[in-house]
Amino acid sequence: MKALRKYIDKIKPQFQHGGRFGMLHSTFDAFETFLFVPNKTTYAGSHIRDYVDMKRTMIIVVIALVPALLFGIWNVGFQHFRSTLETVTLWDQFFFGLIKVLPIIVVSYVVGLGIEFTFAQVRKHEINEGFLVSGMLIPLIMPPGIPLWMVAVSTAFAVIIGKEVFGGTGMNLLNPALTARAFLFFAYPAHISGDRVWIAEKADAFSGATPLSQAASSIDSGVNELTYSFQDMFLGIIPGSIGETSALAILLGAFILVVTGIGSLRIMLSVVAGGVVMGGLLNLWGANTYMEIPLHYHLVMGGFAFGTVFMATDPVTATQTNRGKLIYGFLIGVFAVLIRVLNPAYPEGMMLAILLMNVFAPLIDHYVVEGNIKRRFRRMKPAKA
Amino acid sequence: MTKVVRITKGLDIPLKGEAEKIIKELPITQVAIKPTDFIGVFPKLLVKEGDPVQVGSPVFFNKYREEILFTSPVSGHITEIRRGDKRVLLEVRIEADGNQTTIDFDAADPNELSRNDIVKKMIDSGVWPLLRQRPYSVIANPSEIPKAIHIPAFDTSPLAPDYDFIVHGKGDFFQTGLDALTKLTNGNVCLNVHATQTISKVFMNSKKVQIMAYEGPHPAGNVSVHIQHSSPLNKGDVVWYLYPQDVITIGKLFKTGHYDVSTVIALTGSEVKHPVYFKSIRGAVVIGMLENNLKEGNIRIISGNVLTGTQIRPHGYVGFYNSMVTVIPEGSYYEFLGWALPGFSKFSFSRTFFSWLASKKKKYVLDTNYHGGVKAYVMTGQYEKVMPLDILPMQLIKACLVEDIDLMEGLGIYEVDEEDFALCEYLDTSKTEIQSIIRKGLDLMRKEMS
Repeated sequence: MKALRKYIDKIKPQFQHGGRFGMLHSTFDAFETFLFVPNKTTYAGSHIRDYVDMKRTMIIVVIALVPALLFGIWNVGFQHFRSTLETVTLWDQFFFGLIKVLPIIVVSYVVGLGIEFTFAQVRKHEINEGFLVSGMLIPLIMPPGIPLWMVAVSTAFAVIIGKEVFGGTGMNLLNPALTARAFLFFAYPAHISGDRVWIAEKADAFSGATPLSQAASSIDSGVNELTYSFQDMFLGIIPGSIGETSALAILLGAFILVVTGIGSLRIMLSVVAGGVVMGGLLNLWGANTYMEIPLHYHLVMGGFAFGTVFMATDPVTATQTNRGKLIYGFLIGVFAVLIRVLNPAYPEGMMLAILLMNVFAPLIDHYVVEGNIKRRFRRMKPAKA
Repeated sequence: MTKVVRITKGLDIPLKGEAEKIIKELPITQVAIKPTDFIGVFPKLLVKEGDPVQVGSPVFFNKYREEILFTSPVSGHITEIRRGDKRVLLEVRIEADGNQTTIDFDAADPNELSRNDIVKKMIDSGVWPLLRQRPYSVIANPSEIPKAIHIPAFDTSPLAPDYDFIVHGKGDFFQTGLDALTKLTNGNVCLNVHATQTISKVFMNSKKVQIMAYEGPHPAGNVSVHIQHSSPLNKGDVVWYLYPQDVITIGKLFKTGHYDVSTVIALTGSEVKHPVYFKSIRGAVVIGMLENNLKEGNIRIISGNVLTGTQIRPHGYVGFYNSMVTVIPEGSYYEFLGWALPGFSKFSFSRTFFSWLASKKKKYVLDTNYHGGVKAYVMTGQYEKVMPLDILPMQLIKACLVEDIDLMEGLGIYEVDEEDFALCEYLDTSKTEIQSIIRKGLDLMRKEMS
């Protein structure tokens, strides 16, 4: 490693201000800090600093996504061969999935990081690590059969319009990954809804309906059309977005996030509470078959679990105060179930609920902060009297 | 026993190198008074290089509050007046002659003196700067009457000295100091002790004070926490505070009539061969403690604790308000893929490194490396885990950054000091300089309000 360090030290001056490649400073810095934690030391204030940094934080989230990713890759293959009625080995299923999923991941990272690097370079900023996570989230919420150019376009839209125009990482209002998904949802609805897209290269004869669309069509027919059991949906052997189907794999990720202290358990639990409360209310109302679906089904259908663990907890777009997080999470849960049941035109209520609450997060925080300020002024009055 | 306040939010950083409970005597050779130790003081010198001084001779005063004098802790002569950029006065160095000839300020029983007499005696002798006030942590204004005076009798910061041990046998002076302090306020003198670790009779048998007990991780020993739990600071309120050794110095003044700032200083840290306590003097040169007592390698010497202290050179001087010196390794090295390693020996507040599986009793050697680059604020909810005050840390930091005075005031800038944000700064994933942001906010507020 010493040789590598020596080489970097040797070429470093060329990438600094005034050097031959001075304009590529941000890019060089990104690669250098990726390889080596810098030798910068404190000079005042706290002389010691925690070992955790942004890279460590982001890599933990990526690790937490791995169970959902691996399961998703296998499930893409599994669903495909189920529709074609072929019997193949587990490895064949996984391999088929890998061929489908890997290009989506590559496109997402290449497009997203390309834009991030360009913006950082132009602004002369250091490159933020945030996209390491976004770049993995985007593939996991895409349908397996999505054309790659759509992945590219939606990623570009999310990074530029969702993030960079607000000032980059840490400044954005909307979750970038969900912005990508919402862009696709409204720009190319045929490719991200209906029964055809959720199984890669589906055989025509086979119904590819997701639990959400089955539940939605139950409203018209008046009978419960849900063919998947709770167990199927919990394990994730259902058609759906690549990484969203298995509540079990997502729970593993949630465990990693909560134990390391990176994901907010407060938000996760309040989203679940919101979903359960709304599901329960709809159960009581029971005006149609969708409303009668047992409330715990809502937690494993569609993107609810994935959104709860990986999207709602995004610290930049969520509320920042502890009390605000409870309100924010609860309302996400409520709106997710409300939208998916009462407005079947938008089966994926979770995405819309989180984006909606992203927009309201600063407002919620504002009132929590005002509460703190008012408490302080109230305390002052009796002292003066 | 009094009511115990339990602090749950906070963190004890398990550093190696706690001082062994032995007191070594250190000969008095050279001291320095550093005007930079005193926030908001603009020094006007009263001496020149080469001037002889006695213990208690005034050295400089504050241009903006001329009555407050800063006096020499030793007898000898001024050797050097060190200035920095723009001729800012950094240090007044005084070489001790070893005789400690002292100006006599007359012994007196504070119980029989009026408030004005007590204040005058404290100002003339130079002990007044020991009294600081909240808000802003500046030297107390003698013409104000504080709502209360707080004395934290324990320190929870990393490797902090044990005040129980330091004050042992000085109960008389301590009580005389308390007697003087009770005359300065109409409210209470609050002695804040640790619920289980404070057992010294010096503290527990103190009279005329309100004893309150606290327990929990750092910052349970910070005076802001104590003020908030006894009677929170509102706009316009003033609370004074000082530490046990300061009370003893005041007590000595009234008992003996002398300005005697001999203090016990703990030498701690992983890079010290024999961490022990030293009987020395405020502002003493540190080299006497460090000679033949340091491990090999690139080290950092800090006057104070690792969270809030000031970096000094091996020939530097202990700060006026510090009763400890910490020595830790410098962290100027590159670590290959350091952010990706499992990190069994990397202590972290988060559980992102496997060190969280290690025994809770394990002690760590921590260095001065940032362990990462400065980034935009991304994570939320971290600071709240180490902030026991009723303060929204992230929001207050941002209010200070944008210099929004009304918001800073609303979010409680008067109740805090930069030391209350030291842990936030320590564990900040974005590696920002939170304490200096808060200090700038406090300075701005002080200017606006004066």
